[in-house]
Amino acid sequence: MSKQLISNHIRKLRFNADEMTQQVLADKTGVTRQTIVAIENGKYFPTLELAFRIARVFNLPLEEVFSFHVEEDTNQTTNKKIK
Amino acid sequence: MDNKEKQILVTAISLVLIFGCYALYVYNKYIAMNFAILNDFKFWGTAFLILIPVTIVAQIIIHIIFAIINKMVTNEDMVTLRDERDKLIELKAIQISHWIFTLGFLLAMGSQAIGMPHYSMFITLIVAGFISGIISEIAKIYFYRKGF
Repeated sequence: MSKQLISNHIRKLRFNADEMTQQVLADKTGVTRQTIVAIENGKYFPTLELAFRIARVFNLPLEEVFSFHVEEDTNQTTNKKIK
Repeated sequence: MDNKEKQILVTAISLVLIFGCYALYVYNKYIAMNFAILNDFKFWGTAFLILIPVTIVAQIIIHIIFAIINKMVTNEDMVTLRDERDKLIELKAIQISHWIFTLGFLLAMGSQAIGMPHYSMFITLIVAGFISGIISEIAKIYFYRKGF
C-alpha cells in the first residue's frame, strides 16, 4: 500500500513574512492557533478551502505552500519486481 | 495544556461529578428505602428525564465558573471559535461514543433476552451513556494531542 504525505512550508513562509506569528496567520485564515500548530507539525491536513486561504495570505499558489508525495511501500515494490 | 483541552477536561470531570452526585441522590432518596421501586418503569422514566436537564444546567454552570477562575488565574479568555479541525475532532469523538453506546444498548437488550430483571436494562443504559460521554471527551483530548 502506498503512503500519502502532505507537507507544507508554512513555518518558513511565516518567517519570511516578517516573522508572522501563528496567531496572526490563524486570525487571517479564520481558524484557531492550535489548528495552525497542528498543520505545521503535520498532525492535521487542512481542507482545500483552508489550504487556499493560507496560500492567499502569503500571495502564493497552493503548490508552493503545500506539496504532496506518494511513498510506495518498499515491500510491495519488491513483490512487484519479483513478479 | 491549551484552553480547548482544559475545557474538555472540565467537561469530563463535571460529567463524573454530576453523574456521581445524581446517582447518590437518587439512591439515597428513593432506592435505599424501597428496593421495589427498581421495578417501577415510572421511576426509571422520571430518573432519565430529570438527569438530562440537570446535566445540561450543571455543565453550563460549571463551565461559567471555570471560565471565571481561568480568567482570574491565567488572564486568558476562553476560546469560543470552532474551526474545521474542532468540528472534525468532535465528529470523530461522537462516532466513538455512538459505538460505545450502541454496545451498551445491545448489552441492555441482551440482559432482557436472557431474563435478567428489568432494572438491569435501565442501569446498563445509564452506565453506557455515562461511559460513552467520558470516552468521547477522552477521545477529543487524544485527537487534539496526537492528531489523526
